[in-house]
Amino acid sequence: MKSRTIRALQSGGAAFVGLAALAACGPAGAAKAGGRPTFEGRGPITYVAGKDASGSVQEMLDRWNERHPSEKVTFVQLPTDPDAQRQQMIQNAQTKSDAYTVLALDAVWTSEFAAHRWIDRLPEDRYPLSQMLKPIVETGKYRGGLYALPFSSDGGMLYYRTDLLKKARIGQPPATWAEMKADCAKVKKLPEARGMSCYAGQFQKYEGLTVNFAEAVNSAGGVVTDAKGTPHVETPQAKRGLDFLVNSFKDGTIPKDAVTYQEEDGRRAFQTGKLIFLRNWPYAYPLMAKKDGSSKVADRFRTAPLPGLDGPGASSLGGHNLALSASAENKATAIDFMKFLSSQEIQRFTLSRAPGAPTYEALYKDPKLIKQYPYLPTLKQSILHAVPRPRVFQYGDVTAAIQQQVYAAITGSTSSAQALKDLQQTLRQQSAGE
Amino acid sequence: MVTTQNQAAPRALALPAKPPRRRPRATSGTGRLAALLVSPTLLVLVVVVLYPTLVALKDSLYGTPGLNPKTGFVNDTDPFVGLQNYGAIFGAAGARFWNAFWNTTFLTVTTVALETVIGIAMALIMHRAFQGRALVRASILVPWAIPTAVSGLLWRWIFNSNGVANALTGQHILWTTEGFHAKLAVIIADVWKTAPFIGLLVLAGLQVISKEVYEAARIDGAGALRQFWNITLPLVKPALLVAVLFRTLDALRMFDLPYILIGAKKTSVETLSMLAQDQAANVRFGPAAAYAVILFVYVFLIALAFVRLLGADVLGDDGPARTRRWWLPRRRTEVAA
Repeated sequence: MKSRTIRALQSGGAAFVGLAALAACGPAGAAKAGGRPTFEGRGPITYVAGKDASGSVQEMLDRWNERHPSEKVTFVQLPTDPDAQRQQMIQNAQTKSDAYTVLALDAVWTSEFAAHRWIDRLPEDRYPLSQMLKPIVETGKYRGGLYALPFSSDGGMLYYRTDLLKKARIGQPPATWAEMKADCAKVKKLPEARGMSCYAGQFQKYEGLTVNFAEAVNSAGGVVTDAKGTPHVETPQAKRGLDFLVNSFKDGTIPKDAVTYQEEDGRRAFQTGKLIFLRNWPYAYPLMAKKDGSSKVADRFRTAPLPGLDGPGASSLGGHNLALSASAENKATAIDFMKFLSSQEIQRFTLSRAPGAPTYEALYKDPKLIKQYPYLPTLKQSILHAVPRPRVFQYGDVTAAIQQQVYAAITGSTSSAQALKDLQQTLRQQSAGE
Repeated sequence: MVTTQNQAAPRALALPAKPPRRRPRATSGTGRLAALLVSPTLLVLVVVVLYPTLVALKDSLYGTPGLNPKTGFVNDTDPFVGLQNYGAIFGAAGARFWNAFWNTTFLTVTTVALETVIGIAMALIMHRAFQGRALVRASILVPWAIPTAVSGLLWRWIFNSNGVANALTGQHILWTTEGFHAKLAVIIADVWKTAPFIGLLVLAGLQVISKEVYEAARIDGAGALRQFWNITLPLVKPALLVAVLFRTLDALRMFDLPYILIGAKKTSVETLSMLAQDQAANVRFGPAAAYAVILFVYVFLIALAFVRLLGADVLGDDGPARTRRWWLPRRRTEVAA
């Protein structure tokens, strides 16, 4: 029971490995002056990521290993569960182990890992960042410096039933929440829409709730936290965002069950014909388009950007970025390998294997890829309007506080105004207390 | 019994049949040998039990390093904060702590009580001779063999809003949302999983009760209920108490079932272990260690109370004096026979 809470190594007094890199960084944004961080050493390294279901990771590594026989990369597979991945990466950082070199970090972990100096600041000029979508690049930054290299992204989209909308004589998917509710009212009059619910996202008390809340707030013109990490949730915009969710639960736009929904629950509800609109990630597209009978909506759905208050809404960003473990060896190899792994060539290859959101703008225009994944143009719009989730180093506390209050509001145990007031207070304490 | 053939036998033979004498005291030589032989065990215990406990105690006195607002980096060293972590648990985070404390206690009391009743019933069934007994025994043990995490996932399916539980009861309960039903879901899943454990231990206890006792009772005209109350229960008590104690200690540190079945940070089912895990996951090892120490003390006190008040026979003896009185005469009779 005890061992879980025990650090494998005491941090006190241990010399910091990346001292050279640190000296070059200095205060935020001042890194350009003075010496640049040095990345030295060539030789075998490791690539650390969650379980790879598609098997394409090893193929990518094989490509690299063929070209660089003396700098081979070994794949270290972590569990599928993101919490477990994060925990193992933190353990590796705290023991200052060199077992992990290049880390596939969830986009929201960047600030935490950078602030603890578990990862090195990266040389921005060595990577083709200008060819990537700007909001995605932002997820890899902490206080103006690049700490993680965009590798794969993820954005929310509105899946909708084309057949039902057509029957109800609705020409366009809704761009605002009001339009969506009006469309639902029309569709529900159809005999085939009996028993259907209007809309669902992810509202179980977990990370998905933070995503959906942040999207609602951003889509109403508000922000959860600003660039400095200061919270701004006690605002009229944020209230309108949360009210959309709260009122939708109250008036039945969102079914009561949705309070237990994670991604897969929503997907099942949509593909068994229980929902007219669904907010989900791109991963769901090929699964719902399967024609083996598992999906009742295979040819009957399409995607649109998320709706908002007065116009198209803003998505949250998911995905993984590549970071360099501060305690690793052979960092020169690692820097090159990260460039290789985040290259367009590799992203095109992974996308051909499994659905996702590439980071390069060019890939969203590729006709061959669009044919395979018709959602790509929508997703690009969604990502261009996207706002990163709060970029604060104590993200775990922030997301816990958001989940606590938003969950209370959507289940009706507190009013949205009170929830936001309490949330603002908690978030302010968290950002001040550190 | 074969064991009587070694050292005990000659000594027992030498002893005349009068009240048992104290064993000859160990000489300093045998004492040293004993210490030497025990030392590997002690060493292992020190490394895996004592050291982590002490480090946890020490860690609980350290705080979380703050963020240097100028550089944006977290400081390298943990500040020494004394008992502040404990102060925070009972002060600022008090509501959450006491909620978790009562959840832990409530879940422990209800699950262990239900498991004991159901476990005894299972044991009584398994103990009866009937056709297909082996099959029943094996099938009752299946839930116990399933890893908790897996059974958590399994029950999450059952308690899904479109799951079996709602279909069978004809209700539409959102089990994994906050509320008493979440507690109920955890209790049901836990009882399902661990009642067989108590059943198994009680069965072992039942099997050593000799049939003659029951025969005698029947001749004296005792009914089934009377037999159960006056013979089965007292004779199975040592085994039952150990089983209940183990289950209690296990339930007090319940973590995976509520975490997987209902979810993290759900007020209705948050236990003390989950609080400690939550702190550790957010890289606050000081407060996490403080929670763990409090849980340790709580579990320790409960265990102590069990041993003292109920006389749970954990170590396999009831104190030195009685043990010898119980052992030696029997050896002698065996040898004599």
